[in-house]
Amino acid sequence: MMQTKEPSFNGSSEVAERVSHSATSDRPYKFVLKGAAFFFGAVVLVFVWSVLQAAWPALRQNGFHLITGTSWVAGGNGPFGAFALIADTLITTLIALLIAVPIGISSALALLFLVPPKFRTIGASLVELLAAVPSVVYGLWGLWYLTPWLSHTVQPFLAGITGSQFPFSGPQQGFSLLLAGIVLSVMILPTIVAISRDVISVVPVDLIEGGLSLGATRSQVFTKVILPTSKTGIMGAIVLGAGRALGETIAVAMVIGSNIQMPKSLFSTGGTLASTIATEFGDASGNTGAALAALALILMVITASVNAFARVLTNRAKATA
Amino acid sequence: MTDLLTQLPPDPIYDRRKQIQERAAKTIGRRTLISRAYISMLMGCFIIALIPLGSVIYALINKGIAAISWTFLTALPSQPNLMQQDAIGGIGNAILGTIIIDLLAGLVAVPIGVLLGLYLAEATSRVADFLRAITEIMTGIPSILLGVFAYEYVVVPTKQFSGLAGIVALGVLMVPVIAKASEISFRGVPSTLREAGLALGARDSKIAKSITLPVAAPGVITGVLLSLARAMGETAPILLVVGASGAWNFNPLKPISALPLLTYNYSGSQYPSQRAAAWGVALALVTMILILSLTARIVSARMRREKR
Amino acid sequence: MEVVTTKTEVTTNMPTTKNEIAMQLKDVSVAFSGRTAVRDVTFDVEEKKVTSLIGPSGSGKTTLLRSLNRLHDLTKGAVVEGQILLGDTDIYNDKLPTTLLRSRIGMVFQRPNPFPTMSIYDNVVSGLRFNGIKKKALLDEAVESSLIAAALWDSVKGRLKNGGTTLSGGEQQRLCIARALAVEPEILLMDEPTSSLDPISTKAIEDLMGELKNRVTIVIVTHNMQQAARVSDNCAFLLMGDDRAGELIEFAETKKIFNNPSDPRTLDYIQGRFG
Repeated sequence: MMQTKEPSFNGSSEVAERVSHSATSDRPYKFVLKGAAFFFGAVVLVFVWSVLQAAWPALRQNGFHLITGTSWVAGGNGPFGAFALIADTLITTLIALLIAVPIGISSALALLFLVPPKFRTIGASLVELLAAVPSVVYGLWGLWYLTPWLSHTVQPFLAGITGSQFPFSGPQQGFSLLLAGIVLSVMILPTIVAISRDVISVVPVDLIEGGLSLGATRSQVFTKVILPTSKTGIMGAIVLGAGRALGETIAVAMVIGSNIQMPKSLFSTGGTLASTIATEFGDASGNTGAALAALALILMVITASVNAFARVLTNRAKATA
Repeated sequence: MTDLLTQLPPDPIYDRRKQIQERAAKTIGRRTLISRAYISMLMGCFIIALIPLGSVIYALINKGIAAISWTFLTALPSQPNLMQQDAIGGIGNAILGTIIIDLLAGLVAVPIGVLLGLYLAEATSRVADFLRAITEIMTGIPSILLGVFAYEYVVVPTKQFSGLAGIVALGVLMVPVIAKASEISFRGVPSTLREAGLALGARDSKIAKSITLPVAAPGVITGVLLSLARAMGETAPILLVVGASGAWNFNPLKPISALPLLTYNYSGSQYPSQRAAAWGVALALVTMILILSLTARIVSARMRREKR
Repeated sequence: MEVVTTKTEVTTNMPTTKNEIAMQLKDVSVAFSGRTAVRDVTFDVEEKKVTSLIGPSGSGKTTLLRSLNRLHDLTKGAVVEGQILLGDTDIYNDKLPTTLLRSRIGMVFQRPNPFPTMSIYDNVVSGLRFNGIKKKALLDEAVESSLIAAALWDSVKGRLKNGGTTLSGGEQQRLCIARALAVEPEILLMDEPTSSLDPISTKAIEDLMGELKNRVTIVIVTHNMQQAARVSDNCAFLLMGDDRAGELIEFAETKKIFNNPSDPRTLDYIQGRFG
């Protein structure tokens, strides 16, 4: 292959010499690349180690109680159990997914097939813009706009449905798991739209035309052909969105009402793993610091697994496309 | 004619065709209706998706501009008190702090990220696959965890909240983002170009410098600018580590002020004036982020056009 | 004319005679964003015959074919002019819903496109289900009948629950034919159905077409002149005109086109002088 493009004014021996020469003299280049890569790998290792190390005292003190226990006195000496925090993290993420998944997938379909072509780029840019807004701004927005909306409109409405019983019981003060979930849904929407759009856009046009040519309506093509075909990739998008929701910190901290208690209703205030680290870290004393690091460790394990799973899904989707 | 028809033996295909067509015609109204409803639902969802964006932008402009003035952008903050509740001062030092942290974090992260991206694009070993997985997982790791990391490794040893700790946290956050964008751009370079270089006897380093990098540059630069934009808005990690400062501070080894943190702190203030000013801080922050994102788009579009 | 049009509803019951017309094209033109791709094509598609569209690349064969089941409706800026009559229905101007039209005119594509998430069974009945038919007995019957017609029944009857994409390329294409047949269309459009297949699979599909004629009228676009000569009864030869729009040069019985064409350009093409 080396000889195929040999310049006519060069003897082939000279080319061969240069090629073999380059093999030895290019070590520095490879070394630099490998160096950077391994350096980053080492940093990640140190990062994981640092969290583990900081969490160690809490792990020794509390053991499995950390995950299953419900006692948590901020600033106290323990024992620490993060069950309520884990529950709140899962609940808020679930609410976010319940809202963002249908809206996100629908938006992706609309952007690809329904919006007039000249507005498609603009629509996609708007969704990107939604992703560019920092989370603290979403928190601020939730605080100013959604809190009153929730306490005046949404919460009374929902409470009306169940007669103020579970899951819509308790004071209607805006700050709540529900509000955190809603804010999260807005924040993960761009992720879900962007990735669903990518995976749906590779559905072969042949399949779409195949469906149409059999007499399918447009909605039948969407639900029976396009969505099933891109199922794996869309799952990847959802899992990535979930990963983002699980780890989102500041916006949640601003609207969840920062409180560590077992959730009794969607109107309860609470705290997720991430938001609690943010709100409690500043004045952590005694054994609380280590307990917060343990939260960080739990969060790390959860989000890393979720992201790894999302990676498997999106890679599989790419492989079959 | 019709007489002849009735005399013919029944044709199973014809019967089935008739049956199918009748059934299809009978259901067409309902199917069309469902289809229209479904499509309206999709469009409706898309519009709903844009409502929060509109609301956030409206709020930023409406409430943000009200808070912003020349003094606000350039002066030092002042602490309101019961006597002077409106004494907000400015956010000049927070803007400076944000720029310092972001730029220095970028300075550390860009070379590592780009080289890592080049490595991931070229290497095929199992180690490379592992590092690729690590890189991708790190892009999704919650940023607050890097705050914990920087706290343990910078704040604790130096016994000091500092810009440096923020730089470390944001730097680690940026590397995988830059690496991913770079890897994709490097992979997009046609292999024929690189093979042509090889055939001419160029070294790998020479090929990287004179072929791969220039061709991949728009994508790499876009990735860098977008990672800077993303890091600029990060609040959680710096909340844990940069401390607070009310003065002009160019020294990254000291506590430093930053816009996202200030937004967060003001939003929970006991003074209504400070809570309102949070929108001004947020607008300044979002404007800086949008400038970066927009530059990223323009740069990549222009460089791509020049290449043609 | 009157006689022909009133009869189309029931012609499947009639013994095949000459000159039953399934579809008429009158001055059909297709343009994309103002650029004409095919101009003023007029010919009749005979019932239960195979009509082939031949011509070099760019002559608009596929474009013309796709206008017959309104597949251009998807493309923004596509305009079809002239008249296409299915029986006595003008498919573009009368109020026949596109979905109903497409259930009456099936299509087989260049590359096999079975739905990858569906089993063989589900693939075959997908068209019926789209059209609102849910009765199990009817679906089962359709699967057997159309897989037999597509010469696939014997090899897949034991694995109907397997994925449609587990089949070989040639089998997949026959599955797509069965899928189209299951809806019992009056006309089957085939867009270079063998272009992605090996010679053996190609032969199998060509053989199939001879038998399918009894059941359905076929319009086939092919790049391969020998194929057109082997499988078709009538043949339309298209050629790109000076302004890059495809035009119908000659329409006649296939025998005549290949043995004694009336236009010198047809002869040139048949003898391989261009394309």
